[in-house]
Amino acid sequence: MPDPILTVRDVRKSFGEYEVLKGVDLDVAEGRITVIIGGSGSGKTVLVKLMIGLLTPTGGEIVVDGERLAGLQGQALTRLRSKFGMVFQQAALFDSMTVYENVAFPLVERRVPRREIPARVANQLRVLGLQGAERKFPAELSGGMRKRVGLARAAILNPKIMIYDEPTTGLDPVTTRQVDEMILEAQEKFHVTSIVISHDMASAFRIADYVAFVYEGRIAAYGAAADIVRSENPRVQEFLRSSGVSIDAALASKGGGAA
Amino acid sequence: MSRALKVLAAPLIARIEDVGRMVLMFLGALAWLFRPPFRTMNFVHALHFVGVGSLFIVLLTGTFTGAVLALQAQHAFHMFNAESMVGGTVALSLARELGPVLTALMVTARVGSAMATELGTMRVTEQIDALEALAVNPVQYLVTPRLLATTVMMPLLNAAFVFVGMIGAWVVSTVILNGDPGFFMNKVITWSEAADLINGMVKALVFGTIVATVSCYRGFHAGGGARGVGLATTQAVVTSSILIFVGDYFLTLAMY
Repeated sequence: MPDPILTVRDVRKSFGEYEVLKGVDLDVAEGRITVIIGGSGSGKTVLVKLMIGLLTPTGGEIVVDGERLAGLQGQALTRLRSKFGMVFQQAALFDSMTVYENVAFPLVERRVPRREIPARVANQLRVLGLQGAERKFPAELSGGMRKRVGLARAAILNPKIMIYDEPTTGLDPVTTRQVDEMILEAQEKFHVTSIVISHDMASAFRIADYVAFVYEGRIAAYGAAADIVRSENPRVQEFLRSSGVSIDAALASKGGGAA
Repeated sequence: MSRALKVLAAPLIARIEDVGRMVLMFLGALAWLFRPPFRTMNFVHALHFVGVGSLFIVLLTGTFTGAVLALQAQHAFHMFNAESMVGGTVALSLARELGPVLTALMVTARVGSAMATELGTMRVTEQIDALEALAVNPVQYLVTPRLLATTVMMPLLNAAFVFVGMIGAWVVSTVILNGDPGFFMNKVITWSEAADLINGMVKALVFGTIVATVSCYRGFHAGGGARGVGLATTQAVVTSSILIFVGDYFLTLAMY
């Protein structure tokens, strides 16, 4: 496995008396796609929100690109967050802004010179096949296009790590395929590390280099995608069986998982 | 025993925590007033939405409030031949109490509900999370401009309310009910002082702060989809309205 760009050590998170994460350990390999799978309410989204500093852990340590997340505030936290790009489950586009304004938003916020912004936005939209959608509002876009705009916005500041929160939830099979391809393309074009949260098993194994299986607030299994399929962990096997999809076919379309 | 006490005290503790978080958000929004980047365009948009957008309903309600006050006062004072007191009575009522309170209630209904709904929708569709993920402080971006704009605009809307209210009262008293315009204006000038208007403006300013803080807080912490947004809006309007009445009592107590 390549060196980790993000390390999670014994991370715990409670909401009131309810402990969602009970000691998570995870190394995210640089330049690869790591898919975090698990059932609803297993703590996947909480884990990535902790990684990006949207939530504060109750215990444990998270190190991003050699920098400890704990205690970071203000400018230091802003600098660390700029290493991430996040594509949300429902894309989370600003609905009062056009596609152009959404994609330009991070550039405006980082005070990129105004004359550079139109060219950078146009280039980003072209790379992701969104030409002609500049003046549209999010409500006028299909689910797949929204995801693409969300990716365009998240990737425009060239983050080191892209996070996708349930990118295929609620999409039809054709759009799901397109989103999978979009993630693989983004990996290739932007040379990033990708972390994908998913409970769509076929999609997960189509794109994953590494798979982490979250069960009851802990990482129950972690390794190369092909190894996870062969895992003897009964929880993993049960989850794979109940997903009812051909994991082998999905792995074959990816090319057998990470080396 | 301690478990039962815990269960009984839980709603009270939750409410106290809620108030604490609201105060913290207010202080956070205040602190962002003095730290760059300054959201000038967001502030101008909020000024327009709160001020220009609310002007029509404030003028409408102000006119009819002044008119109906004059109508009632004229009938009441007629019983003991004191119709000349209508102008002064209406002026004091509007400047001290009805102006700030009714303006605040109209702004709560129109602006407070819209703020809670907009921020609530942004919360449940993860737009607020997206702001944070893009390293933009959502309190600074969303709350501070709205808080400042509502606090600035409420006294101005109150002044407009009182002004058109007096015009409404003058028309009813002198044109419709044939009262003496000279007596009307004389009592307005001799009874009311600048302090009455200023105190009313201060009340409006405080109410503006309350409406924006409560509405933004409720929207910011909405949850549970469309139903949660609806609940946040209802809570914003009800809590703001109650705080306006309670706050009005204590401000009046302190001022007079």
